[in-house]
This record gives sequence, C-alpha cells and structure tokens, in this order.
Amino acid sequence: MIEFLKQPLHWSIAGIIIGLTVPALLLVGNKRFGISSALKHLCAICIPNKIPYFQYDWKEQKWLFVFVFGIMSGAFIAEMVIPNPNDMIIADATLQFLAKYNITPGKELIPLSIFSFEKILTLGGFIFMVVGGFLVGFGTRYAEGCTSGHSIYGLATLQWPSLVATICFMIGGILTTNFLLPHLLKLI
Amino acid sequence: MKKTLVIYFIGLLFGAVFMKAEIISWFRILEMFQFASFHMYGVIGTAVVVGIISVALIKKLQLKTLDGENIQIEYKPFTKGNVIGGLIFGIGWSITGACPGPLFALIGGGYLSIIIVLISAILGTFVYGALKNKLPH
Repeated sequence: MIEFLKQPLHWSIAGIIIGLTVPALLLVGNKRFGISSALKHLCAICIPNKIPYFQYDWKEQKWLFVFVFGIMSGAFIAEMVIPNPNDMIIADATLQFLAKYNITPGKELIPLSIFSFEKILTLGGFIFMVVGGFLVGFGTRYAEGCTSGHSIYGLATLQWPSLVATICFMIGGILTTNFLLPHLLKLI
Repeated sequence: MKKTLVIYFIGLLFGAVFMKAEIISWFRILEMFQFASFHMYGVIGTAVVVGIISVALIKKLQLKTLDGENIQIEYKPFTKGNVIGGLIFGIGWSITGACPGPLFALIGGGYLSIIIVLISAILGTFVYGALKNKLPH
C-alpha cells in the first residue's frame, strides 16, 4: 500500500479530489474556494498601511489561513511519509528543451539551479523568483482570482468572467513559455 | 472548532494531492504550456467537471451547510482586470511555475527558496492594492 502511495498520483484522481474541494468548502460553511485571497489578507496583516483596499476585518477570513496551513501540512506529510523514490517522468519535448539550458530534472519538483537562495542576487534568479512572484501576486489580485478561484470555483459555478480569466491565464502562460522563457533561461 | 478541523483536513488532503500529483512542479507547468503533456489539462479538466456536477447536485438537492444555512454562491461581475490581470498572472505562472496554492504547498514540502517567490507575490498584491484606483477596471 505504502509503495503504491509513493507513486505519482494519476491526473484523474487528483482532478476528482481537487474538484470535490469546491462542494466540501461550501458545505462546511459557504466558504468560497480561492487561495490568492490569502495573499491579500497577508498584506492586510503584515504590511501596515492606510490603503482603503486593505482596510477590512481580515479575521472574518481566518478560515482561509487554516486551509492554507492544511495545504502546507499536507505537502509536508506527503513528502515525509510517501516521497516518490524515482526521478520525475517528463515529456520528451520538454526534456529536449531543458537540455539546451543544461537543466536535467531529477527527484526535485523544481529546478534548483533556478530556484535557490543563492541565485537571488543573479539577474536570472531575480527574474524567476522576484519578478515572477510579483507578477503572480499583482496579476491574480487584478484578475480577482487565480487558478483555484476562477479556473476551479468560477468554472464549477458557471461564471463566464471566470472563463475569460482562465483563457487569459492560458494565453499569458503559453505566449511567455514559448517566446519569452527561452530567453530568460539563457540567464541561468 | 469542529469546522476549523474539517477545513484543516480538507486543506491537508488538497496539499498532499498537490504534492503527489506533481501539480506544484515547475516542470509540469512548463509541459502544460508547451502542450507536451496531458497531465495538467487532465487534472484541471477533471476538477472542473467534478466541480460543476457537485455544485449542480448541491442546488438540486438543496443541501445545507454544517450550520444548517442555505448554500450561497458568490458571483463576481466581469471587469477588465479579468483580462489584463489574467494575462499578467499567466506570465508569472509560466515563469515561476506556480500559482498561489502551489507556492504554499512547495514551502510546506520543503522547497524553502519559494519563500522568496511568496514574499514577492505578497508585494505584488500590495502594489496592486496601492495602484487599484489608477488601473482600468
């Protein structure tokens, strides 16, 4: 059983469990599935400011921190108890693309040659970690939601603005990966 | 307290799935945007279908919350931000290989350098809040 659980999870099982998060949170107490809001609450808590956008009672949203803490614990436990003993299996086309930049995927889920504390002072590291992170925070708030809020909750509740947002996430990502990323990876 | 525990365990299962299905992997997001693998499309597509069916069932059966309240679904109106912000997030998603949920899961899973990405994302959120009135909506 443990050996089976150590294997990567099939997309269909992952999709079912993630999809069930929407009704589960609604049934617990009308909680709207959306994780990027946690970033907004963190701003309201951590950065002292007088900006009206952050003046609200974040304590009413503290369930989201419980949920996020659950996500962190779940990832931690999975990594401690049932880690995948094998290297990641990556599509050939992606492997060939990465080989051009001397990136060889192993057991790690992210390329440590890009994402590490030492790389923050290099141009490449700064772009991938700081600029990239900034765009995620700025973009999700501007779009009023991320993959969970729009692409899962919004689509599950048949909201067309969420479909527009999801299509825009994909367009932004596809264009960046295919036209910008090859140049950014040269900086690594 | 009971509700808090239930929410914690939903999060726990969700985080473990993020990890085990490698959804939080930069490599999986790269594959997705290169159309090199079906994995992420399978995950998101299945989640949406299961979500649609579940929400329809909740409505049809008029299910209540644990406290016996009616289920209320929040509807957000369309804004230009859905398009402009969506495109900006897409760029960030491609570069970092992570959306907000996976950022937290990666840190929990021991990839501590992602704390830098998370702090940058909080900063990006803050700058949006500061500039909100000057941006088209």
